[in-house]
Amino acid sequence: MLSRVADSLYWMSRYIERAENNARLADVNLQFLVDLANQPQADTQQQWNPIISSLEENELFASLYDKLNGKAAIDFVSLQRKNPNSIYSCLSLARENARTTREQISSEMWEQINRLYLFVKSDSGKKLLRSSPFEFFKRITVGSHLFQGITDATMTHGEGWDFILIGKLLERADCTSRILDLKYHILLPSGEKVGGNIDTIQWMAVLKSCSALEAFRKIYVGQVAPWKVAEFIITHSAFPRSIRFSVDCFDAALHHISGSAESKYANEAERLSGRLRSDLDYVTIGDIFNFGLHEYLEQIQKRLVEISAAMHSTYCAGMMHEHSATG
Amino acid sequence: MGDFFEGYEVGDFFDEMFSAPGAVRPHYAKLLGRFAEMKPEEFERKRELAATTFLQQGITFTVYNDDQGTERIFPFDLIPRIIPAPEWDVIERGLVQRITALNLFLHDIYHGQDILRDGVIPKQIVWEAADFRPEFMYFDVPKNIYIHLCGTDLVRDEKGNYLVLEDNARCPSGVSYLLENRQVMRRVFPNLFARHRVRPVEDYSQELLNMLHYIAPESVTEPTVVLLTPGIHNSAYFEHSFLARSMGIEIVEGRDLMAAEGKVFMRTTKGLKRVDVIYRRINDDFLDPQVFRKESGLGVSGLVEAYRQGNISLANSIGTGVADDKVVYYYVPEMIRYYLDQDPILPNVPTYLASNENELKYILENIDKLVIKAANESGGYGMLIGSQASKAERERFREKVKRNPRNYVAQPIIPLSRSPSFCDESIQGRHVDLRPYILYGAKVTIVPGGLTRVALRQGSLVVNSSQGGGSKDTWIVDDDERSNGVAE
Repeated sequence: MLSRVADSLYWMSRYIERAENNARLADVNLQFLVDLANQPQADTQQQWNPIISSLEENELFASLYDKLNGKAAIDFVSLQRKNPNSIYSCLSLARENARTTREQISSEMWEQINRLYLFVKSDSGKKLLRSSPFEFFKRITVGSHLFQGITDATMTHGEGWDFILIGKLLERADCTSRILDLKYHILLPSGEKVGGNIDTIQWMAVLKSCSALEAFRKIYVGQVAPWKVAEFIITHSAFPRSIRFSVDCFDAALHHISGSAESKYANEAERLSGRLRSDLDYVTIGDIFNFGLHEYLEQIQKRLVEISAAMHSTYCAGMMHEHSATG
Repeated sequence: MGDFFEGYEVGDFFDEMFSAPGAVRPHYAKLLGRFAEMKPEEFERKRELAATTFLQQGITFTVYNDDQGTERIFPFDLIPRIIPAPEWDVIERGLVQRITALNLFLHDIYHGQDILRDGVIPKQIVWEAADFRPEFMYFDVPKNIYIHLCGTDLVRDEKGNYLVLEDNARCPSGVSYLLENRQVMRRVFPNLFARHRVRPVEDYSQELLNMLHYIAPESVTEPTVVLLTPGIHNSAYFEHSFLARSMGIEIVEGRDLMAAEGKVFMRTTKGLKRVDVIYRRINDDFLDPQVFRKESGLGVSGLVEAYRQGNISLANSIGTGVADDKVVYYYVPEMIRYYLDQDPILPNVPTYLASNENELKYILENIDKLVIKAANESGGYGMLIGSQASKAERERFREKVKRNPRNYVAQPIIPLSRSPSFCDESIQGRHVDLRPYILYGAKVTIVPGGLTRVALRQGSLVVNSSQGGGSKDTWIVDDDERSNGVAE
């Protein structure tokens, strides 16, 4: 497979996953606000700030909007063309990458990306976001799931498919860590206790944005405690949006491409990913909290960037034009 | 729908569907019957279905005149253009004759130049042609074929005679629209095809791939074929990717390839992989910065050397542009007589050369009745339609022609035939042309029909997509002995 094509498939997949995660984040925050609507201390600015922070785009946001409120924040993560990580931008980039690899992906995959892109670009998309943001975000997540299903069912599970898988899972691990980290940025309203009513609602929101609340409930009985939520989202071995699950799967896909045994490594990307995988296999939630949850998540994000870079130099070394996308 | 056709005006043109007001030509009778039963809502629904299909599949081209590089769908008209088989058979023979002569001509001018020495074509016409490549004198191209792909534009005059307007022998485009148009028509009017014996076009990609395999270097048994595109921002990118996909070959950009020791490789995740045949959609000028334009970032440095050594084959060969120079075009009927000793089956449009002194005089005096064309432009650029131009524009072209007569030809304004098309909520006559696609491999293969382009603006004679043109599905229909009476 052409190096350029491998690179484009990888980024196409990352951008779709990123669009989905933005939709999840915004959607959950909206729900959260509804849940809090009858709480006297609810302050909208406080509620939207963490989202902008977790996207690391505070400056850009400030340059585009006068004040931070729900309307501005939703616009920023959804349709703002100047935000390179808005849903609109992600889907445009995903489609651009798909367009350069149309002979590799199935027609059905292309049509699904194109449909999603045409939707966020259309007036009806804009109207839906205004009249019913929940529905808008639902369209995006369902559209992304549909794309994944179509990919699974219509594309040969060969090298290109592995690159798509890796892109999706690397992005998912990164986004999941950011969603969990969101709680770090959220300040409890003054007078609220850790473990209190609002604290619990906030942790539940984190679970919801990973579609993890129901799965969580089946395993943990009783209180939604911070350490349980973090343990589940970071280290669960079978929940498909946990960090460990994502890392396990892309590590396997990396070995699938090179043909090397999973217990060995054939290149730098596999060495780094194998190491991250075993760290996640053996880490306990106690270790993580001792290290500092926020610091631990930041370190994971850094290691994901390193794996992505190592992969690029292994498989796309001959490429003359480097991809300018951000990790 | 019947009432849509009721007020239909045939006008002073050759109409493809009606021989006189209300008198439908026999090969259109069944189609008219079907449209007569159709309710306006049904027609509207079908139009929407077609438009959505094009948009969702991303069948678009890029328009450059705004900074966003907007993607547009190529407007599609639902009423097909029908050509009866016997009429097509003549066209087909004419096109085979023409491409055979053009290939003999190219071989000749890159070797002994008999046609120039015998004075059939003035020597300087060839030597001064922008796309003549003297670097390739005495170079033998694989299988001795120069033009593997040709798109020849045909028009019909007021009597319905088919005339050749131009040959596109460099990188003709549009064939993907022909194939997609048919697919969309089959989806929108599934049963219409059961009622007509329409010759299929679907094997084009296979024929194209066969041709590309055929021209591979002799030593290679299983050639690796790639399509070389200028990239995603090229207006025909959709087509490049469509063709690569339907042949199952890689689509590459210049940066995906590299040449070393006279061989060409593509950069893959598993290292370098040898390439044998390149279907290039990049003009000669941009192919190799070592040989042609130095600043070209689209090509591959060292590609031409690999071609010279016979390690790769190119379709089309380098240097075919001289055959679609509009001055050389003037001499194609002479070529047919010279090389084949036959009369041309398809005549040229009458053409005046500005480089012939008495014809120059005629051109300058009658510019308002003529179309002036630059020898090496395409896509409707570098052209003046005298009757529609302002006085200042005509004056500007007069000067241009006088300054550089070698670079201009003139033709009378042909009142192109019209085909009923849906415009402004009713069916109206619109001017059409026809571009058949010719493949030259082990044999000459022509996909039945071609791309019918239609000038959707009222009165317009310019069918190019960049100038508001659309297209129609084109049917070559055999006589119907096999009536199977399937109702729609």
